[in-house]
Amino acid sequence: MTSLGRFYLIAILVFLYTPILVMMAMGFNASLLYELPFSFSTQWYEALWSNTVLLKAGFNSIVIATITAVLATALGTMASVALSRRTFRGKSLLQLMLLPPIAIPWLITGTAMLIFFYWSGIGRGMHALLIGHVALAIPYVVLVVGTGFKTIRADLEEAAMSLGSTPVHAFFSVTLPLLYPSILGAALFAFAVSLDQFVISYFLATPGYTTLPVQIYSSIRKGFTPEINAISTVLLLGSMTVILIFARFAKPGDTSDKR
Amino acid sequence: MQNDQLTLASARGPSGPRSQRSLPSWVSTTALLMPTYGWLTIAVFLPLLTMFAFSFLSATPMGKAPIVFTFKQYRAFIDQPYLVGIGITSLLIGFWTTLFCAILGFLAAVALVRSTFGKTREMLLILILLPFWTNGLVRVFSWTMVLRENGFLDSLLHMVAPEAGSIGFLYTRYAIVVGLVHGYLPYMILTCYIALSTIDDAIIAAAASLGARWWTILFKILLPLAAPGLISGAVLTFIPVIGSFMEPRILGGRVGVTMGTVIEDQFTQAFNWPLGASLSFTLLAVVLAIFATFSGVLRRGTAL
Repeated sequence: MTSLGRFYLIAILVFLYTPILVMMAMGFNASLLYELPFSFSTQWYEALWSNTVLLKAGFNSIVIATITAVLATALGTMASVALSRRTFRGKSLLQLMLLPPIAIPWLITGTAMLIFFYWSGIGRGMHALLIGHVALAIPYVVLVVGTGFKTIRADLEEAAMSLGSTPVHAFFSVTLPLLYPSILGAALFAFAVSLDQFVISYFLATPGYTTLPVQIYSSIRKGFTPEINAISTVLLLGSMTVILIFARFAKPGDTSDKR
Repeated sequence: MQNDQLTLASARGPSGPRSQRSLPSWVSTTALLMPTYGWLTIAVFLPLLTMFAFSFLSATPMGKAPIVFTFKQYRAFIDQPYLVGIGITSLLIGFWTTLFCAILGFLAAVALVRSTFGKTREMLLILILLPFWTNGLVRVFSWTMVLRENGFLDSLLHMVAPEAGSIGFLYTRYAIVVGLVHGYLPYMILTCYIALSTIDDAIIAAAASLGARWWTILFKILLPLAAPGLISGAVLTFIPVIGSFMEPRILGGRVGVTMGTVIEDQFTQAFNWPLGASLSFTLLAVVLAIFATFSGVLRRGTAL
């Protein structure tokens, strides 16, 4: 049973990683049409280096992801403080309201944003992308920071206050340092969510301001070149790195007590 | 101390602080929640409301043509019968994707829980989940290189049987399903894994000592006890799949026409935003109906 189970898991991993590895390998293949035999070449990475359109889109993606991480983490952490530590009427309704950005298909959210931003004069472009990405990332931040709160005892803060600390001071000197790994994890998570977001960006980007996934999509539809494999490889390795760092800070499924 | 109270008071707005030792807690609670919910209102809730209003317009209000309120967009499935076929295609793609994800994912979760331990299990779980958190578009694109004629799959075949024809099936509905299963399988494995890992080993040991075979244990114990995880995984796979558009576009080519691609076309090619909006809302209604049906199961699933 055990060996059968492990064999099955390896088969699943082969299924999950085969296309990714084939794509990464093809980025180093000299043939324009992905033809075999394989002959090693770095020409597509060199071509990438002079493809200013893709590089600019990549730069935009990183800028948007960074600002998204900062804003979503700040707002999401504030909301998480209230949702985790306070009791008030309508709390479960507010928690339910965090679900639509995650649970409704992005196609629907994205087209709705397109209509509203057009109609209200917000328009499209960088600011519109930021509004959308931050909204998508906030629920994840609340979730990750909220999980962090569960591992910190509320009475530590109360003890500080009973010794004469103000609530604000107690929060910043007691709770926040204990929460710091979760907050950092949430920020990385928000960064990854924004970096990989395609559907919403697709509807909100303008020809003059696109992100990397949107640019990759239009390149694929125009007819692909192995340059796309090269930039896709960079993007995949980038987001895998961010997620692995995230896993170190906020172990998924980790229930160990951090008292 | 004085300073902190002043900062808090200033967050309260121009009404100013009353001479109290601390502010009522609802003020700070509101101040903490306001930015997040204000942001979500502008970015998600108002857009959905606006889209709902747009779905009743006769045309996109961009040109000079007069715009009137109408229900005709919601008659799209009657006026344009080809949409019914597209809707059925979308549901079928969603059904097959969810079914394959459920079978493969549940068995993978069982294998994780029953055949791996400690560090190995942790490492395997991270390896399985890692692709889920990378760019879906790029992963779909990577399948084109495996499935196309003379692609990776064909090359493998020709190594064994040089004279064989092509088994590449890019630009078919099978290709779309393969790409979508690849996209959502990690998620299914995770939800099943969480449900399975809460099952007490003693139950299985007891069943085994009473002579239960492995299939009895699988179907009579593991499957019923892990059903909530399996159902939430299925719901959370089916919903994004019926709304997908770039997977059918890239892997389906000309046969890849689904509700998702039709909606995308209304917004980017046809500029018939009201029709796109009404189709989006029809899709949203399906999604909400599914959530409502399984809300009990999902609430238990997300409470973990």
